[in-house]
Amino acid sequence: MCKSINLSKTRQLILSLLGIFFLITSSSTFSIAAGEGVSKVKEQDWTFSGVFGYYDRAALQRGFQVYKEVCSSCHSMKYVYYRNLSEPGGPGFSEDEAKAIAAEFTVIDGPDASGDMFERNAVPSDKFVSPYDNEAMARMSNGGGLPPDLSLIAKARSTERGFPMWIVDLFTGYQEQGVDYVYALLNGYKDMPSDFPLQDGMNYNKYYPGNQIAMYNPLSVDIVEYADGTEATVENMSKDVATFLMWSAEPKLEARKKMGFKVIIFLSLLAGLLYFSKKKIWARLDH
Amino acid sequence: MSKISTYGKKYEPKSGVSRWFDERLPLPRLMHNSVNAFPTPRNLNYWYTFGGVLTFCLITQIITGVVLSMHYTANSELAFGSVEHIMRNVNYGWLIRYIHAVGASMFFLAVYVHIFRGLYYGSYKAPRELLWILGVVIYLLMTATAFMGYVLPWGQMSFWGATVITNLFSAIPVVGGTITEWLWGGFAVDNSTLNRFFSLHYLLPFMIFGVVILHIWSLHVTGNNNPIGISVKDEQDTIPFSPYYTVKDAFALVCFLILFAWFVFYNPNILGHSDNYIEANPLSTPAHIVPEWYLLPFYAILRAIPSKIGGVIFMFSAIAILFLLPWLDTSKIRSATFRPLYRQFFWIFLANCLVLGYLGSQNPEGGYLIASRICTAYYFIHFLVVFPLLGIIETPKPLPESITKSVLEKIKTKEIEENK
Repeated sequence: MCKSINLSKTRQLILSLLGIFFLITSSSTFSIAAGEGVSKVKEQDWTFSGVFGYYDRAALQRGFQVYKEVCSSCHSMKYVYYRNLSEPGGPGFSEDEAKAIAAEFTVIDGPDASGDMFERNAVPSDKFVSPYDNEAMARMSNGGGLPPDLSLIAKARSTERGFPMWIVDLFTGYQEQGVDYVYALLNGYKDMPSDFPLQDGMNYNKYYPGNQIAMYNPLSVDIVEYADGTEATVENMSKDVATFLMWSAEPKLEARKKMGFKVIIFLSLLAGLLYFSKKKIWARLDH
Repeated sequence: MSKISTYGKKYEPKSGVSRWFDERLPLPRLMHNSVNAFPTPRNLNYWYTFGGVLTFCLITQIITGVVLSMHYTANSELAFGSVEHIMRNVNYGWLIRYIHAVGASMFFLAVYVHIFRGLYYGSYKAPRELLWILGVVIYLLMTATAFMGYVLPWGQMSFWGATVITNLFSAIPVVGGTITEWLWGGFAVDNSTLNRFFSLHYLLPFMIFGVVILHIWSLHVTGNNNPIGISVKDEQDTIPFSPYYTVKDAFALVCFLILFAWFVFYNPNILGHSDNYIEANPLSTPAHIVPEWYLLPFYAILRAIPSKIGGVIFMFSAIAILFLLPWLDTSKIRSATFRPLYRQFFWIFLANCLVLGYLGSQNPEGGYLIASRICTAYYFIHFLVVFPLLGIIETPKPLPESITKSVLEKIKTKEIEENK
């Protein structure tokens, strides 16, 4: 009897402490959201999120097209190879298609037997050709700013999830905060308040920290022509290119999630067997 | 003690070969007596399985780390790219790297459970003071290893984390600047810093391994503490480690591995910071420089103190004070189960550490700064005031006569309840 009263006291104490903790954490979220003029990034519906996540091949191919025809005029992707385009878990181009895509680009190779550098067509084992020869040239062409490499951008950006979502994400496995941000950013060139002090050469974006971004609005309706008849709206193109950038950041995602499922099933069965073994062995004792 | 060690079937060489071995190097005898027959209190609960989990974590980190280092390049120009090479081109490189990165977090999760279990059941009290101190040494080495490991991918958080932490040493009067430059191997965090951190990151786990052996040796001299905290009195109170605790530990380990696998396969990046996927750039400082989650409470303490040297002193004292704990706690009763007041303060302390961790992730300004200062103050008050005082003013509950009696009583009450 005495023990149960004590227990409930302890429990009350823990609950009230947790209450205080959550109160602090939740109030802080409000202050972050209200403090700056940055809009909250919304969660999107991605095929690659969750336990059974996979990449939509058609979206990856369309997204690659958007990267190639729009983004790649300024942004490099130096960790991606043309061969990756035909590898399992990727956009699903055939090897010949990847070879043909690579052949559209030229790279400098050498030195040859006479000591000279020479130009040749890129092959699948080459990295994506960068738009600029070096950083200085990239800065010179972009008013001093350096367009970031996009290979990892979907993992190198994130969104402030706030309480309680950062705890929820631990249990749901939601890892799409970065790609949500990429999508939001590409759709964020609108609704500038009339009194916004925009600096010269900058562009207003709802989602960019500080709301001033050097990148001009890269997407407009029908800037690319999709071969599969998908309408080239800004929403569609940004969703496709964001999907492509998630793949480039995490090319082994499908293999990872598939293996994880097997591993967890195996471990659960093993845990079950061990649980009953433990029960049986301990049954020999008065415990 | 001698009574305990006679319990369990002692090692007896069965074949000619094992007898030959036993007379020259009694390694099988040592293994048998310390793993199979080791007499263990019969009432250990699942909080006591984390020692095994931690051994597993250390070995996993060493194996995955050795494989990663076969593909990694410790050079400031190449390090970031070599990690991406592992993720993209090395067969199952993504798996090995994610196990290693998530493994660090899991290691700390397990060590915190292990430490707080020790705090709850008074495992640091006589005769286990050295066992506890060796544990704190392991924890210190772990934080150093983890910090240096986090620098190796050479992302933005790697670089700036290293800059912040190494700069702390410059707060030391007179020799601070010299020490900092000596740590860097230059005048800023750069290639030479990365190289020495890689070397030390490879070395320290083996030092941890050495101290772990001492930790386990010490455990096998004093024997396990247990949830009711009273010492083993006779053979009845113990059971041989195998099969009882091998199977219990194995079950707990596999449950832990399910959580581990969840993070490796479905949430590998959530415990890290997205800025670390941006290559290190000494010219661009990230908006918020934060350490990994497991060091956040100490980061909060560091920033709670208005002076730099003061912050450094308090941060290191927060760990150093653990060394003194066996003598700060004046109560003769080990387990919090029989200490009604201490039990409540234990939970307050745990909550305080969690809040400190949260505050470490926020900017130190306004309400956060005030809260950090209050929580930092409480952290030290808990050790310097609460621990010494409670032992004097607290009236403990009556202790059971022996481990066996308490176990049997529990069964009885259970049976009565079931019969109702």
